[in-house]
Amino acid sequence: MIRHPFLRALVGTRLNLALTVVMLALLAWVVPPLYGWLLGHAVWEAPNRAGCAAAGSGACWAFIRARFALFFYGIYPEPERWRVDLGFVLLLAAGLVALRGRGGAKLVALFAAVIAIDAVLLVGGVFGLPFVPTAQWGGLMLNVVISAIAIAGALPLGIALAFGRRSTYPIIRLGSIAFIEFWRGVPLLTVLFMGLILLPMFLPNGMTVDNLVRALVVMTLFEGAYMAETIRGGLQGVPPGQSEAARALGMHEGQVRMKVVLPQALRLSIPGIINIAVDLFKDTTLVSIVGLFDLMGVVTQSLKDTSWSGLAAEGYTFAAIVFFLSCLVISLAGTVLERRFAVAHR
Amino acid sequence: MTMIGTMLHRATQLGLATAALLAMGVGMAQAQLAAPPGPTAEAIKKRGVLNCGVDTGVPGFAFQDNAGKWKGLDIDYCRAIAAAVLGDPEKVKYVPTTAAARFTVLQSGEIDVLIRDSTLTFSRSTQLGLDEVAVNFYAGQGFLVRKALGVSKAADLQGATICVITGATLELNIADFARSTGAKIGTLLFDKPDEAVAAMEAGRCDGYTDDSGSLAGMRSTLKVPNDWMVLPELISKEPLGIHARSGDPRWQKILFWVDTMLKSGEEYGVTQANVDQMKTSKDPFVLRLVGVEGDFGKQLGLDNEWSYRAIKAVGNYGEIYDRHFGPKALDLPRGLNNLWNKGGMHYTLPLR
Amino acid sequence: MTSRQKAWGLQALALIGAGAVLAFFAVNAVGNLAARGMVLDYGFLWQRAGFDIPFHLVAWEPSFTYGHALFVAGVNTAFASVLCIALASALGLVLALMRLSGNLLAGGVARVLVEVIRNTPQLTQVVFFYLAVLAVLPPMRQSLSMGGVAFLNVRGLYVPAPTDGPWDTIALATLGVVLVAAVLWRRLGMMVPRLFVLPAVLVAGLALAGWTAGWDVPVLKGFNFVGGVRLPPEVVALVLGISIYTSAFIAEALRAAIQGVHRGQGEAARSLGLTGGQTMFLVVLPQAMRLLVPPLTSQYLNIIKSTTLGAAIAYPEILQIFARTVLNQSGRAIEVMTLVLGVFLAVNLLVSALMNAWNRRLALSGR
Repeated sequence: MIRHPFLRALVGTRLNLALTVVMLALLAWVVPPLYGWLLGHAVWEAPNRAGCAAAGSGACWAFIRARFALFFYGIYPEPERWRVDLGFVLLLAAGLVALRGRGGAKLVALFAAVIAIDAVLLVGGVFGLPFVPTAQWGGLMLNVVISAIAIAGALPLGIALAFGRRSTYPIIRLGSIAFIEFWRGVPLLTVLFMGLILLPMFLPNGMTVDNLVRALVVMTLFEGAYMAETIRGGLQGVPPGQSEAARALGMHEGQVRMKVVLPQALRLSIPGIINIAVDLFKDTTLVSIVGLFDLMGVVTQSLKDTSWSGLAAEGYTFAAIVFFLSCLVISLAGTVLERRFAVAHR
Repeated sequence: MTMIGTMLHRATQLGLATAALLAMGVGMAQAQLAAPPGPTAEAIKKRGVLNCGVDTGVPGFAFQDNAGKWKGLDIDYCRAIAAAVLGDPEKVKYVPTTAAARFTVLQSGEIDVLIRDSTLTFSRSTQLGLDEVAVNFYAGQGFLVRKALGVSKAADLQGATICVITGATLELNIADFARSTGAKIGTLLFDKPDEAVAAMEAGRCDGYTDDSGSLAGMRSTLKVPNDWMVLPELISKEPLGIHARSGDPRWQKILFWVDTMLKSGEEYGVTQANVDQMKTSKDPFVLRLVGVEGDFGKQLGLDNEWSYRAIKAVGNYGEIYDRHFGPKALDLPRGLNNLWNKGGMHYTLPLR
Repeated sequence: MTSRQKAWGLQALALIGAGAVLAFFAVNAVGNLAARGMVLDYGFLWQRAGFDIPFHLVAWEPSFTYGHALFVAGVNTAFASVLCIALASALGLVLALMRLSGNLLAGGVARVLVEVIRNTPQLTQVVFFYLAVLAVLPPMRQSLSMGGVAFLNVRGLYVPAPTDGPWDTIALATLGVVLVAAVLWRRLGMMVPRLFVLPAVLVAGLALAGWTAGWDVPVLKGFNFVGGVRLPPEVVALVLGISIYTSAFIAEALRAAIQGVHRGQGEAARSLGLTGGQTMFLVVLPQAMRLLVPPLTSQYLNIIKSTTLGAAIAYPEILQIFARTVLNQSGRAIEVMTLVLGVFLAVNLLVSALMNAWNRRLALSGR
């Protein structure tokens, strides 16, 4: 009889025993060759692909090392890269403050301030910071910038649309429905294409909008529609008794919504919102089709350099690892938030 | 029932809104040729930077090095044009364009010139309002196949499946070739060469097709390059070159003559290294080429040093080719891309 | 009265604002098209396409028109979407139940799977599955033969195709009868459970159809197998890639919905003597559906749109055939993109409308 709870969960029942054996066999089959390629026979230093092939049979990480800065900053000028670092640290700090799970209005103000400061930092042109055109932004930095701004814009837009969809005013309701269903109904790739490539056709002659701004607008509107549906799901989960009670206490309609219904709905929507944030972060890779070089774009681009071409496996493995880690951070933050709010409630 | 009724009602309303939007699109159909947009060269000088549309990345033509600097044959052309027009080869904003977007961004005026391994076809020329001003690379579509198949010419590919990159004339050429020879060749279309090549190596298709310029580079990146061979025959003509909007002849003339100057440089032995000494040459053609005699630059609305600067910045056509396709790079024989007097196709107009 | 007037004023303003923005874009587009000598013209849809579509469920020849290509590609997109929605829903339920099961190993495996799946880009996963499927299948010359009539290799699964005879009429009639009977079973006053009868009817009908048909058996000729029908590995890879990816998101939405059901419900059910399974399937899940339907709708729409990733692995769907090949051949960017947007919009609005109707029914019956 197996007593230890840990062992019992692994080999306690026949099913568990079988599962464990299968998992172990799978690991034994996958891990050794994977380890050999990833680390065992990997080459860390070589001038080009031929050098790698001569030095070992594993992955050619020299490729990643040679272009490491490019993967993270794109062609952002080297002496200015501290601005990107600082901006990222600020964003991270604000995120950590948010994880405490308290202070709604203050948090909103904090994030607004951080995004404004970051925008000034990255763009420059004031306070003695040299101007850096967005054409020089690239790599992972671009993924972070686009997702941060798009999520910041999509959240309020989503809240407004979710309430709009439940509004008693027919035009507002139908307008919200049309907006949400349009954006949810079209593939992001095609609207990005319309927005980035065909936008000049829809603007007065000679008027141009920065490519990155176009991508940001499209992503914000797109994710806003998804946000609206997630929050609507949350709104449906708030028992009607809550708003009835609030009204009975003499609150007016705005207060009922903002102070009673919305906080509860948002709490219920946290997993969905995290899903959207993770999705958005990965969707930012699509901007490469419109000529912006995000991390994935830089990797693809790097494979065209004749000294490194043919190293697709290394490039995409690296990108997948970076994306996995980044998204894992968002995901874990979401789990923490969920737990904090759940404890506060029950 | 009422539920379905409301649903239909709502769907109808949305459908009507969509239809109205689409109708607006159709309503734009009535349009005619109007006055051309303002002179492109003036706009570039005022802006101080050349907006050059390039590929998002293709070996030999346009790619970024480890430091993120753009390199390649097409890039050198952008630099030469910027040197001629603005006096500085660095004053170029490279606008990477995808195959699907390239002509649209040129039409919409976001770029001044498109140098992106693109071929002008009849329908592109007439329907898109574009001109190919000059050819900077003569390519043709070829096949890379597994040696074990025992195929020696393209016509043997009857019944084979070929992996193709979509978004170019490649797939259409195969269809035309199959139609003309009566062979049935299946195609498998991919977005990017990386997946197409991986599928080919896994045996999903029997071969891969691309421009001759790219095939040579592609073969060297395969796991076992010796298992594969490039068929000698090309099934299409792909004159890749410089594209500009129709309607600004002055700008097109500048582009055309920059190209001519780079090729003439090779013909008369003017290189990046010796262009300064050539200013004291005795050959009148050379003196015109480096801007000591005549006023060719002025006639284009530029200054007389324009062609000197272009060659000084990137070298002559032969040097550019060697840098990216020569034995030390992709190792592709010059073939059609040699001068006319060396068996190639580059035959320039006289400088007088 | 004043608040009512204010409300209508507000709505009118919103309407005028939206109209003005749209009109602004339309006027500019007309002007720009004119200035560039471009004409918006959908006439190209009737031109000869000239390209091959390697996988098609409905008839296709290169001599057909662009418009026909849109239809063929649309059928391919729909085919992949339906398979993905079914598989993703099933896998999502399994993952969610594993996570909530309380079993250490099952919970851990599900957790790791969900995290890995939802934290790497979808395109990377689709490409990974494609290369994995290709790596597993044997090469052409060493095809797995199934009785000499069906073959499996890296080019796909080749099975015999029915050619002539009244087989299609019989098969369609059987399918129709079974579907109608399944829906109207109770109203028809049937006493026997439908699960006993309908599968037998289906099998019998299809067997009859197969017996009446002539069969075209695939044979190896030159480079490829000729004859029969082929399910290419691209379909398998695309369906696996999208379903597994989406199942992680469905699992999370489902878990959130289940946890959103008030705890008292489960406790009450168990105190009434219901088993764990009964509590989950009869009490908790039905209530969770109310919270689940909006995010589930989003995921289904995501699946339909994600099929466009097929363009990366040579699955001929709308984006690849139309927004790549046709756009490139015809150069008609605006026309092609409006059509692609229109098709996706129409299909997704339909799905969305159906799901919303379901949602409304749940919300009403729930209270």
